[in-house]
Amino acid sequence: MLKTFPKGGVHPPENKISSGVPIEAMPLPEQVIIPVNQHLGAPAEAVVEKGETVKAGQIIARSKGFVSANIHSSVSGKVLKVDKMPDASGYKQTSVVINVEGDEWLETVDRSKELKKNISLSGEEIIKKCAENGIVGMGGATFPSHVKLSIPQGKKCDVLIINGVECEPYLTSDHRLMIEKPEELLTGTSLLMKALGVNRAFIGIENNKKDAIDKLKGLASSYDGISIHALKVKYPQGAEKQLIKALINREVPSGGLPVDVGTVVHNAGTAFAVYEAVQKNKPLVERVVTVSGKGLDKTLNLLARIGTPVSKLIEYAGGLPESTAKVVNGGPMMGKALGSLEVPVTKGTSGIIIFRDEESRRKEKGPCIRCARCISVCPMGLEPYLLMTLTEKELYERAEKDRIMDCMECGSCSFTCPANRPLLDYIRLGKAYVGKIIRERKQK
Amino acid sequence: MNKLLTVSPSPHEYSRESTRKLMYGVVIALAPALLATIWFFGWAALIVTSVSVVSCIIFEYLIQKFILRIKPTITDGSAIVTGLLLAFCLPSNLPPGLVILGALVAIGIGKMTFGGLGNNPFNPALVGRVFLFLSFPAQMTTWPLPGGFNASFTDALTGATPLSILNENYDKAGIDVLMSDPELSMPGYQELFWGNMGGSLGEIAAFALIIGLGYMLIRKIITWHIPVSILLTVTVFTGILWLARPEANADPLYHLMTGGLLLGAIFMATDYVTSPMSKKGMIIYGTGIGVITVLIRRFGAYPEGVQFAILIMNAFTPLINIYMKPKRFGEEVKNG
Ligand code: SF4
Ligand code: SF4
Repeated sequence: MLKTFPKGGVHPPENKISSGVPIEAMPLPEQVIIPVNQHLGAPAEAVVEKGETVKAGQIIARSKGFVSANIHSSVSGKVLKVDKMPDASGYKQTSVVINVEGDEWLETVDRSKELKKNISLSGEEIIKKCAENGIVGMGGATFPSHVKLSIPQGKKCDVLIINGVECEPYLTSDHRLMIEKPEELLTGTSLLMKALGVNRAFIGIENNKKDAIDKLKGLASSYDGISIHALKVKYPQGAEKQLIKALINREVPSGGLPVDVGTVVHNAGTAFAVYEAVQKNKPLVERVVTVSGKGLDKTLNLLARIGTPVSKLIEYAGGLPESTAKVVNGGPMMGKALGSLEVPVTKGTSGIIIFRDEESRRKEKGPCIRCARCISVCPMGLEPYLLMTLTEKELYERAEKDRIMDCMECGSCSFTCPANRPLLDYIRLGKAYVGKIIRERKQK
Repeated sequence: MNKLLTVSPSPHEYSRESTRKLMYGVVIALAPALLATIWFFGWAALIVTSVSVVSCIIFEYLIQKFILRIKPTITDGSAIVTGLLLAFCLPSNLPPGLVILGALVAIGIGKMTFGGLGNNPFNPALVGRVFLFLSFPAQMTTWPLPGGFNASFTDALTGATPLSILNENYDKAGIDVLMSDPELSMPGYQELFWGNMGGSLGEIAAFALIIGLGYMLIRKIITWHIPVSILLTVTVFTGILWLARPEANADPLYHLMTGGLLLGAIFMATDYVTSPMSKKGMIIYGTGIGVITVLIRRFGAYPEGVQFAILIMNAFTPLINIYMKPKRFGEEVKNG
């Protein structure tokens, strides 16, 4: 029996169309738009000005405060402007727009293909390198990695978890990385272990990626303390709390963090980025982005520079098909629909998924038949039908008691509901109100 | 690339399950029992069932269209399920007029007054059936014996159901005497299993109901919690009574296969709308139905208890839903 998390979950059609497509470097665009806020926490502060020439890898915005991250230029060229530009959320935010000229990198960056397995730095130095090079979680949450690696006083961490689950349908960027850069990924994992001071790391991979599991299993024996674990395919296994439960059977308390149960989770893509940052001194300026969808002629796994407009990626994949109705940034379960394609790829962009008309229409909603399916699939043990009703009736106090804030917005409930109730839409709204109430209470 | 794009919140992918598919799934699960009852009761069964189903659909349509003035939802299949279940609690010789009245009460009072599908506290089919039972006790308790398609409507043989015989003669004669009395012609396990006995349309053929249960479990229309907890409770409770006084009490197997217990446990207690939502809640509800059923059968005035037991527990469902929450993730922290 394969391991998985015990409560809830769904199995949406996997649609991993691009799983066999090797990673390909995307040609440089003419212009990149690099937002200063690509991470959770405080936005970085731009340190370049209009007209300045920059090299790839050069810092262009410096982190502000501990929970923040440096931003580097992904290209060489001239800064056209530092201005408010729309990002994937649809809101405008400060971005550095650079006109690309050539492809000149900072001399400190080692761009050779040579594998560097030898770890010479201390744990603290590794964390410092991550912070300098702007490493953030690449699974989508974009939490600054150096923060996650700094264990708060009084807490203990005894095992590192690497998330190679990629449970969202369509996405294959981590899958390809695990197959094509396994040694780098394992070295990255060793670096993270050293930074955390732990001697065990579990890499969890869903069983629909057998080739990645075999590859890493074959290599892992030469790395101390790293073990590879095949997991049953079930969404949302890539959610931190569910993955921890599946792999080491510990339950992160409500409102708590993984470190409360002695572990830290990093994404497989992050482990690779950490390798590059520490061993090659390369800042986080490019990432693998899956471009996929049933209407596309070819699907791709592109190594794209941060700041490349989404439209360029789609153009490279053959252009937007006639049938297109929706373009999603991220996976179909948790990704955001884009209103405009002139927004940049950022550190957290794992995929661009194109939906055809017939796939993107919502069905008419009916009355709740109280079938309890939403309860059965909620991995957090919540009652989505009730949270929706409480939000509709503006009974926020009860919604809080019924743990609305535990909802991680995985969408399993809306996915499942036979009456097509927009459960998560309402729960999000309820969370916003309850969150506000909680903040106000704290201020008093 | 100036296409207008749809922007909607996640998720962007939906399962293929729908209310309609679930309801028609229940209809399919009821099909074996329907075929069995037509086999045993012939035209009479067919007539009662069709009148019930058609009237439920029509009443739902009329009420939604002309009284509530909302878009009729008769295609969702729930009215068909109610119609079938109502027919399944009726005797095969019930006059069509009464069947129609039962359907009106089931849909009109049992379902629509509360706001339609999803809002009714009591199982609509049972509301209809209890109304008929209380208003027309004589017609509702004469049970024609199976005669297939050859039986005529008027002079069909009627007989008491096994449970009413047991109920009336409790303590008067030993159970062995009752079972072997040729005049009472109590059905044996064989008859109970295949359905060759007197009774309401849907309670007679145990095997057909069990096939339906299997289908609903495999198709994941229902979970095991409610039917299993009811059947287990009845088995344990009647088992204790039987072990204490085997000469006076029927054994658990006899109880399981009679009096519409299977029909109630598999198809009526599991109605989504009127049963609890959490697994813990479902088990409490099922256990409650089991206990009340046996209490009514053994100590109450009515020989058959499962339908009242379900209605009583329907009333507790909102309370159960409030107190029996699913286990929250990260609630009790047990780590190892
Ligand atoms: S899944 Fe939909 S219909 Fe079923 S209980 Fe939840 S909200 Fe109601
Ligand atoms: S309530 Fe939240 S956590 Fe539970 S299934 Fe719905 S979206 Fe996921």
